[in-house]
Amino acid sequence: MPAQCDGDPATPRADGRVRSLRNLWRLRRYLRPYAAAYVLLLLAALAATGAGLAVPLVVQRVVDGPIARHDEAGLLRLGGLALLLGLVEAVLIFIRRWSQSSSSVGMEATIRADLYAHLQRLPAGFHDRWQSGQLLSRAISDLSVLRRFLSFGLLFLVLNMVTYVAVVILLLRLHGPLGLLVAASAVPLFLISRRFGRNYHAASRRMQDQQGDVATLVEETAQGLRTMKAYGRGPELADRFAGRARALHDTGVGKGVLLAGASALFDLVPNLTLGVTLVGGATLVARDALTIGELVAFVSLQLMLIWPVQSLGWIIANGQEAATAADRIQEVLDTPPSIVDAPGAVPLARSAVRGRLRFEGVSFRYPGSAEPVLREIELTVEPGETLALVGATGCGKSTLLSLVPRLYDVTGGRITLDGHDLREVRLDALRRLVGVAFEEPTLFSMSIWENLTLGCPDADADQVRAALALAQADFAYDLPWGLATRVGEQGLSLSGGQRQRLALARAVLGRPKLLVLDDPLSALDVQTEALVEAALRRVLRDTTALLVVHRPSTVALADRVALLDGGRITAVGRHSELLATVPAYRAVLAAEPSPTPGLVRS
Amino acid sequence: MSRPPRQHPPTGGDGRPAAELSHWRGLATDPDADRSRAEDDSPEAVARLRGRSRALLRDLLRPHRRPLGAAVALLLVQNTAAMAGPYLVMLGIDRAVPPLRAGDPGPLAAVAGAFAVAAVTEYAARRSYLTRSTRIGQAVLLQLRQRVYGHLLTLSVGFHERYTSGRVVSRLTSDVDSIAELVDGGIDTLAAAALSVLSVAAILLWLDLPLAAVTLLAFPFLFWLSRWFARASAQAYRHSREAVALVIVHFVESLRGIRAVQAFRREPRNQQIFVTVNDEYRRTSQHGFRLIATYSPAIKVIGNVTVALVLGYGGWRVLGGHTDVGVLAAFLLYLRRFFEPMQELSQFYNSLQSATAALEKLAGVLDEQPGVPEPASPVPLPAGPGRGAVTFRAVSFGYRPQTPILTGLGLAVPAGQTVALIGPTGAGKSTVAKLLARFHDPDDGTVELDGVDLRALSDAELRRAVVLVTQENHLFGGSVAENIRFGRPDATDAAVQAAARAIGAHDFIAALPDGYATEVHRRGGRLSAGQRQLVAFARAFLADPRVLILDEATSSLDVPTERLVQRALATVLRDRTALVIAHRLSTVETADRVLVVDSGRIVEDGSPARLATTGGRYAALHRQWRDSLI
Ligand SMILES: Nc1ncnc2c1ncn2[C@@H]1O[C@H](COP(=O)(O)OP(=O)(O)O)[C@@H](O)[C@H]1O
Ligand SMILES: Nc1ncnc2c1ncn2[C@@H]1O[C@H](COP(=O)(O)OP(=O)(O)O)[C@@H](O)[C@H]1O
Ligand SMILES: [Mg+2]
Ligand SMILES: [Mg+2]
Repeated sequence: MPAQCDGDPATPRADGRVRSLRNLWRLRRYLRPYAAAYVLLLLAALAATGAGLAVPLVVQRVVDGPIARHDEAGLLRLGGLALLLGLVEAVLIFIRRWSQSSSSVGMEATIRADLYAHLQRLPAGFHDRWQSGQLLSRAISDLSVLRRFLSFGLLFLVLNMVTYVAVVILLLRLHGPLGLLVAASAVPLFLISRRFGRNYHAASRRMQDQQGDVATLVEETAQGLRTMKAYGRGPELADRFAGRARALHDTGVGKGVLLAGASALFDLVPNLTLGVTLVGGATLVARDALTIGELVAFVSLQLMLIWPVQSLGWIIANGQEAATAADRIQEVLDTPPSIVDAPGAVPLARSAVRGRLRFEGVSFRYPGSAEPVLREIELTVEPGETLALVGATGCGKSTLLSLVPRLYDVTGGRITLDGHDLREVRLDALRRLVGVAFEEPTLFSMSIWENLTLGCPDADADQVRAALALAQADFAYDLPWGLATRVGEQGLSLSGGQRQRLALARAVLGRPKLLVLDDPLSALDVQTEALVEAALRRVLRDTTALLVVHRPSTVALADRVALLDGGRITAVGRHSELLATVPAYRAVLAAEPSPTPGLVRS
Repeated sequence: MSRPPRQHPPTGGDGRPAAELSHWRGLATDPDADRSRAEDDSPEAVARLRGRSRALLRDLLRPHRRPLGAAVALLLVQNTAAMAGPYLVMLGIDRAVPPLRAGDPGPLAAVAGAFAVAAVTEYAARRSYLTRSTRIGQAVLLQLRQRVYGHLLTLSVGFHERYTSGRVVSRLTSDVDSIAELVDGGIDTLAAAALSVLSVAAILLWLDLPLAAVTLLAFPFLFWLSRWFARASAQAYRHSREAVALVIVHFVESLRGIRAVQAFRREPRNQQIFVTVNDEYRRTSQHGFRLIATYSPAIKVIGNVTVALVLGYGGWRVLGGHTDVGVLAAFLLYLRRFFEPMQELSQFYNSLQSATAALEKLAGVLDEQPGVPEPASPVPLPAGPGRGAVTFRAVSFGYRPQTPILTGLGLAVPAGQTVALIGPTGAGKSTVAKLLARFHDPDDGTVELDGVDLRALSDAELRRAVVLVTQENHLFGGSVAENIRFGRPDATDAAVQAAARAIGAHDFIAALPDGYATEVHRRGGRLSAGQRQLVAFARAFLADPRVLILDEATSSLDVPTERLVQRALATVLRDRTALVIAHRLSTVETADRVLVVDSGRIVEDGSPARLATTGGRYAALHRQWRDSLI
């Protein structure tokens, strides 16, 4: 997919790593509510480490002191101290883990809710281009990577750094030159970390993108299951899936190999340093520049460095994954919603709206395509009037309708309602005024009631009943649980006509000022269509309406008809008038095939 | 109509009614909605599923037994080398310094050499071990993903209808992820920690038996604690798997319908719902984390108390002269190293519990028997041209037990006939189509193709012979050409274009920015509804089946285009059997035979010309339609 404009699934750029870290850092605002908890848990972790170190010291004191001196009281006293320290250690660990559990999960949930809210604000154009699996993997997998980093990686990064620095300082104080030697081992460690981090960063990003691809395919498969079954294309899809799963597998193995190499090196460096210390230290002792006791103490301290260094590989890996995850999340959060309230947008009260809808020189081009779909549309729908839109398949009828509730914004000209540019009306006020029925009835796997009251949550039972009656959709009451019945996903447990009637009922519920109906009767049988038509006619009498129509029979609903051809309105008038005077109009509605092929437009 | 018994209200994680959580979802008509059949709530079912999931894990690991053995051996080598290091350092200090003082660097060089060998061995063993375990883990995940995906493809439309796509996605993403977490870090820590616990235990026993006996006192507590954790966490993780599935279901579904969401200002309500399910997920995972936050320090307490006890008891023994101070000191040192890996083991146990909960969900899916199974020994269709006779013999069918849609339907369509099915919406026309495409099996009676019961045909053979094109035809992400080629994967570009041309779709496709290579976007969103239908037609055309079923497949086309499509089909399908469901009589008139369906019964049957004159329903419709013509 070519990078077209903002909001496109971006490809990571060369400066990726710096940007990722910045993106990770930008997420810190989510940490803020938990700052106190985080400080507490850091302190608890440090104190627990201290207590953990103190226990063996006390035990050693007991063995060397009271036991050696046969001092029973002392044994009890110091033994009690060891017990106390042990309990304190456990309690501190408990405090750390407990507060960690709420803060990291809390942060994860907050970011996820914000991400979802943002996705809901982003316009249809964004959702057209983004694969749903990529969004999902950001909301689920990436966020759990972040959670793991916040609860473990970050903590151990800090803890281990502190340990490392503290131990090195102690070593330097014990013996300067040998201490410097140990400190110098930070140089190869740094180099290894840098190279590892760079390679791992790229692999981690690739893996997360591939996870999104897998999720996308899975979702598509589940949705297109009927089509897959109808053609028996299971094996092909399984192959496609195998390809993506294998790509994921290969990246996973690649990541693992990188980590294995780095981890082994992070093991080797402190070991070699220890070896050098041994040789150097022994030589110093031989020259009496160091006592044996000091060397033993030095080595014992140095052994404490092994774990912090060893875990570096894992911590860096975790950190890089978190950074690329943050990157992916910010890519979405950084996409500004393009269809929002303009500053100073007016709320249009329902009572103040007469319903005069005008298209003034409206042009529209889909983001990312070169050719405009609509050019210089001039069209007026008078208050209370019903205008039918007629045109060949793919000429832009649905596109035109989607501009009215501002699912897309015009790219040229303007649409006005009672003289107000739609972009200067508050979005929610506008959408409250407009009732929409899409070409494909969009139903959700929720109760019928919830599906019907999508735009009107406070509708009462009578309003719902009236809307259902109008759309001839009383069958809903006969479902096993009545209106509380859950419709299957996408409403597929209903017949096509049933779905369409529910969608129509939803559009007219709450008596919108402006009705926008896209081919609302296409899936109905002739008789039901006649009934719905009769009922709809009553509603349309005092509502401004724009409808797309394919069948001559439905055109009768409209006061006037507009013919859309080549992205322009080429004729407007009464049905009979146009039929008599406009051959193109006749061609589109005629039952007999037109002599010219290629009626379908791009 | 008889109503199914009212369901128990679903309950949330800790048993509190989740009514406020889920009333908007409405009541499902199938008690098994949202889950596989194996995921019953009864304790036996839970236990059975747990057994299944463990068996699945073993099954997945079985092919990797050898590499696993090699990895463990490498781990042993690495651990030995790692233990040798500090020992060699101490040895060097004890034994190599005096000779060095005396001017003999030999022993120091020897120790240093041994040390270097140990370090390099450790490096090599660790690297190789980690590489191998990654390979094994990733291979297991790959296998698991493919297995679950493959199985989901074989499950019936009915299963997917109640299970929902969001849940399918959740199984193959989030659940597999949580198994990956175990695979990534788990095996490493398990093996290393278990190894050191065992070796230290041996040393402890060898050092001092009575003290080791005191240590044993800790075990009942450890056992009891672990059992508590096992039970509590299994439940917690099970809840959190279900909670994340709900998050995914809502996420996927609401964003899929984003146009409706925005047009109807549904965002606040959606956000409210999302926050509720998201918070439930937060709550359940937090509960899981809190369990491990309790379990792990509790083990620490047991360890530290045991150390103090051993210190007291050992000290008393030393005072009594029963034990050496040195032994006590060593014992205490090792005792700590005995309990330290326990922390890691508890961490592993936690990951295992979480992965098992996910595996349970996957095992539940794998356990699900295909509702429309492939026959064990398929019968081939009789060969030869001009085939495609369809017979419905006393077919009864209902989506739900109490509501039959078809009862005792009988229908014989000779090969090559074009049959139009008309009738009010909800009459059962699409149901007939779906039975013929074997999306469902009849409850009673048989559907036959050329005298063979559909249930006896292999899936590949059936799909080659019968293709169903519906109103809600799905386009997959990819190019236009790929979508047409879905009808026949081995078709050449020329064949794809020919199909598009025949159907009248070529012109619009050629005018797209990249022609046939134009990406159609998610679910074909780049195309208009009518264009999508045309692509779906070209696809069916390319598939070239014996029997073609069109279920309102032209509903979004303008009249002339529809005509064009019908003409194309009429020429191609002259010798094919076709079942056409349409509302427009223009389509119906060209059929050989018309069936009027009402309430699941065929009420009129005959040629359009004959029916138009007999004064039945068709005649009435026909008149109505004539009047509406321009
Ligand atoms: N999301 C989109 N991106 C780019 N082009 C689109 C998109 N949706 C539709 N189109 C193109 O715009 C044209 C008009 O589509 P539409 O308005 O749906 O036609 P119709 O008149 O059949 O309702 C078609 O040629 C279609 O290919
Ligand atoms: N998947 C399903 N699950 C449950 N009920 C269904 C399902 N599909 C259809 N129905 C019901 O079966 C009846 C017949 O539907 P259908 O065969 O689609 O009718 P049509 O004649 O309009 O094609 C309708 O009442 C519909 O609600
Ligand atoms: Mg359209
Ligand atoms: Mg139907």
